[in-house]
Amino acid sequence: MIRIEGLHKSYPIGKESLHVLKGLDLHIKEGEFVSIMGSSGSGKSTLLNIVGLLDSHDVGNYYLNGQLIQNLNEKKAAVLRNKFLGFVFQSFNLISYKTAVENVALPLYYKGMGRKERLKIAQEYLEKVELGPWANHLPNELSGGQKQRVAIARALVTKPKVILADEPTGALDSKTTDSVMDLLKGINDEGMTVFVITHEEDVAEQTNRIVRLKDGVIISDEYTKKHDLKKVY
Amino acid sequence: MFDLDSWREIFQSINKNKLRTILSGFTISFAILLFTLLFGIVNGLQNFFTQAFVDDANNSMFVRVWKTTKPYKGLQSGRRIKLRNKDLDYIVDNYSDKIQYISARKYLSAQVVYKNNQDNYNIRAVHPDHRYLEKTIIDEGRFINQLDLNQNNKVIVIGRLVKKDLFGERVALGKYVNVNNISYKIVGVFSDEGGDREERNIYMPITTAQKLYGNNDFIDNILIGYNPRLTIDRALSFGNGLERDLKQRLDIHPDDQSALFISNMAEANKGVGQLTTALFFIVIFVGSGTLIAGIIGISNIMIFSIKERTKEFGIRKALGAKPVSIIGMVVKESLLITGLAGYLGLLLGTFILDQIGDGLEKYFIYNPSVSTGIVVGATIILILAGLLAGYLPAKRAAQIKPIVALRAD
Repeated sequence: MIRIEGLHKSYPIGKESLHVLKGLDLHIKEGEFVSIMGSSGSGKSTLLNIVGLLDSHDVGNYYLNGQLIQNLNEKKAAVLRNKFLGFVFQSFNLISYKTAVENVALPLYYKGMGRKERLKIAQEYLEKVELGPWANHLPNELSGGQKQRVAIARALVTKPKVILADEPTGALDSKTTDSVMDLLKGINDEGMTVFVITHEEDVAEQTNRIVRLKDGVIISDEYTKKHDLKKVY
Repeated sequence: MFDLDSWREIFQSINKNKLRTILSGFTISFAILLFTLLFGIVNGLQNFFTQAFVDDANNSMFVRVWKTTKPYKGLQSGRRIKLRNKDLDYIVDNYSDKIQYISARKYLSAQVVYKNNQDNYNIRAVHPDHRYLEKTIIDEGRFINQLDLNQNNKVIVIGRLVKKDLFGERVALGKYVNVNNISYKIVGVFSDEGGDREERNIYMPITTAQKLYGNNDFIDNILIGYNPRLTIDRALSFGNGLERDLKQRLDIHPDDQSALFISNMAEANKGVGQLTTALFFIVIFVGSGTLIAGIIGISNIMIFSIKERTKEFGIRKALGAKPVSIIGMVVKESLLITGLAGYLGLLLGTFILDQIGDGLEKYFIYNPSVSTGIVVGATIILILAGLLAGYLPAKRAAQIKPIVALRAD
């Protein structure tokens, strides 16, 4: 589903250039539940942004769903994001003047779906994250956990191939963290590839595979016990 | 291509940012309002000047004669100059290409009687062309025609107020009245924008007047409408040349302004033309200044508004919005606000001008108004500016990588 070969990325800082990713190789198969671990500055967010087509890479190959990503303009990137990817951000990134159901329906608007139909589907996804009754509330009337569940519903609504979650629990307390992780696990169980970035061990342990990044290189890539358990079933 | 969904998005965004919307709308309304008032008032000034010369055709020349004040060719000063039919014929023969209309005028004063009503009126004995030179408006019947001249017909055309005096509300056309005890048939009734004095005149054929009153071929003035294709400068030199010629014909000293004088509307036209041109440039200068101020206002607000929404655009892009849909959203919003606000300013401006009406006549402003074309043009310019002001920053915002946009606050 996601294949990365020899990926490099630098950011110019003044005259100097900061080498953030130094030749990553990573292969994530369809249906995996992967977490990227690393301290801040390790390059994990950069990796997610490149995988999410929110940023471009300098050197190396990136295949999304078998398609080589290169020379992507904003228009093509937008179409691919809409088709294949669902985003969950640490700061939720809901549009403040839209209600929960309108936020969830927004990706469908960009898919070109009619208003009635997309609001109906958005409502179904809100029910799925147990926020049905909050459909017509604005984001600032919801708690952090609720906002993140709205964001997850929004990421799921287009039935993407991959869910990309950038520190999805970073702004949440431990109780809501568990409920959000349960939700992501449930999504993965339905067969969707889930790609989580975190610096919390507890969170990473709930995934099936942990990739550790340090200073722009992968220092370890191993399956967790959960993965072995899953295999047994 | 009307896409209800995209407009719904825009209304939501406008609703969310009421203050911003009101501010940018106000800028545009105000710019259009000022523009409308400015143009209206200048138009009022122009209307006033046009009005001041409305009585006679604006290409007319008037040949007047009086007494000589300088001896010439052995003739003494104080000699009374008389124009004759042959002088008019001379002008027609020699200047036919420079003349559009020509008419003699002979003044008479007469007592006019119809049944029990009677009064004294000025009578002008003229040629058919006089109608165009004086801008006479025929309300009923007809004006003097060539047949009347050929047959010395005893017919008259009376002013609206003459009819009112003598006939009241009754029919005057076709009736016979006594003019100094000679019976004339009324063949027409006229009105004149020159005012009441003009509408107390009576016209009759020049030949009839010459035959019945003195039996000579004298005429008092000659009115000429110069060919409107002549430029103002050439019309002026035509007038000067004609004056020289006539003075020579009538043995008048070339510098004797009292004996023969031609007043030429071209001179007044030249003055009015210069004034109008000056006003036009002032209006262009101030009007475009107002518009530019409005345009800068919109641009500022749009740039600020787009900066404020960079993060929102980042989110939308992460969710699959193409750059063109972001640009479209901003531009349509800009279009909607500028269009509505511009229209509002336009309505308010024309309303105020309408209320002023004739109220400022003593300040030389008469019936201030703006042509729809100018105001629509100005509104279109502002809308285009609003589109551009929305398009340029929106295009830049839409090209920012979503990750950069998402980081913005």
